[in-house]
Formats: sequence, C-alpha cells, structure tokens
Amino acid sequence: MNPLIVPHALLLSLALFAIGVVGVFLRRNIITVFMCVELMLNAVNLAFIAFSRSWGNLDGQVLVFFVLTVAAAEAAVGLAIIISIHRHKDTLDVDAFNIMKW
Amino acid sequence: MSLPLFHAILFYMFAAVAVGAALAMVVQRNPTYSAFALIVSLVSLAGIFGLLGSPFIAALQIVVYAGAIMVLFLFVLMLLNVKEELRVAGEGRVSKLVAIALGAVLAGEVGSVLVAVRTPVAAAFDASARAVALLLFEKHYLYVFEATSILILASLVGAIALAKRDPSP
Repeated sequence: MNPLIVPHALLLSLALFAIGVVGVFLRRNIITVFMCVELMLNAVNLAFIAFSRSWGNLDGQVLVFFVLTVAAAEAAVGLAIIISIHRHKDTLDVDAFNIMKW
Repeated sequence: MSLPLFHAILFYMFAAVAVGAALAMVVQRNPTYSAFALIVSLVSLAGIFGLLGSPFIAALQIVVYAGAIMVLFLFVLMLLNVKEELRVAGEGRVSKLVAIALGAVLAGEVGSVLVAVRTPVAAAFDASARAVALLLFEKHYLYVFEATSILILASLVGAIALAKRDPSP
C-alpha cells in the first residue's frame, strides 16, 4: 500500500470534520444540522480506520462498529424528537426552538 | 499500471468526491438535496475504508449508514414535507464569516497535530469480518456488545414513545 495514503486519510477526516462543524454553525434547518453531525461522526470513523491500518490494531475497527450502532440509535431518537417538536411548533428552524430556554 | 498507483488514484478520487459532496451538503438550502449529497459522501467514504483494508467496515458503512440511517432521514424529510430554508433578511454575513473562521481555526489546530503524528504502515493487516468478529466476540468486547443491544432496544422504545401522538390534547 502507498505509505502516503494513511496520513492523507487523516487529513481527509479533518477536512470532513471541519466541513461538518461549519455546517452546524451555518445551517438553520434542524435536519441539515443533524446530518452535519452524522458527517462529523463519519470523519471520526475514518480517523479510527486510518489509525487502525497504520498500527495494525483491530480495536479501531471494533470502535467504528460501536460508533455505527450509537449513530443508528441517535438518529432514531433524534428524528423522533424532531417529529415531536415539528408537531408543536410547525417549523424546523433551529432559531424557533427555545422551549427549554430558562 | 502497478497496483499501488491504482490504489492511490482510487483513493484521491474517492477523497475528492467525499469532500465535494460534503461541501454540497453544507451549502445546499434544500434539505432533501443535502441528504442525497451526504449519501454520496458516505458511499465514497466506504470506498476509502475498503482501500484502507477494512472490507467489513466498508460493507457496514454502506448497509447501515448509506442504507438504513439515510433512508430514515429521507423518510422524515418526506413525512414533514420540508421546504427550502428561508432566507432571513437579518441573516448577516458576519455570522457566516464567524462560522467559517471557527471551522478554519479548528482545522488549523487539529491539522498542525495531524501533520506531526507518526503514521507507520503495518506490514500484516487482516481486518476481515472473521478477524473483527473474533476480537468482538471472543476477547473483552463481548459485554460492550451486549450493552449496545440494550441501547438499541432503549432507543427503539424511546423513538416510539417520543414520536407517538399525544392521546389527550
């Protein structure tokens, strides 16, 4: 394998994570914000896989497996919360969601 | 063409597609288009996982992420009949600039660490489904695995309870 692929995969994961962060700040639709969070989770998965390949250690793969499971659970609960909020507020704009503001 | 060169070309192609689709997702105002862009990004990430010698995780990525989770997102988008994000008059350039500046600062910080990190390439690497499953089920991850099944069950019950219509208004 080309030895440059691992460091470049790490840089790719950094780029994807930064794009996800900017998206969370930039977008106001809550579902898009949620998708940006998923992108950040994937960037971290890529870093796990790259380090796993780099050190020949399979624990990174197992961690990615658990991140996938947690992401699936998080998506199910998060989307249920979004549906329930949409029923009360009739909008998906994050600026409108301030019911927990004290 | 030698195999390493072919791998490198595939890698940079997948990387370019992943970054391009992620950027398209962020600048897009219509959430449905964002979801499709994210699917493209996730599938090209699966290709990169495969190139990094992890076929099992690559398959999981396509089945669980690009398949199940993104279908759930699209299902909710269709269910709620989401329109394009409205342009607000007071939506200033300042907040956008601050967002991009914060992202750039984060990228600079982590990037300065990442270029310094040592990344050897392990000679022997076997991340087949068999090797990962042996580690997952035989060594010390068995109880963690069982705990995640309880987590999935809890999130299933929670999602149903949250999205259910209130019986009494």
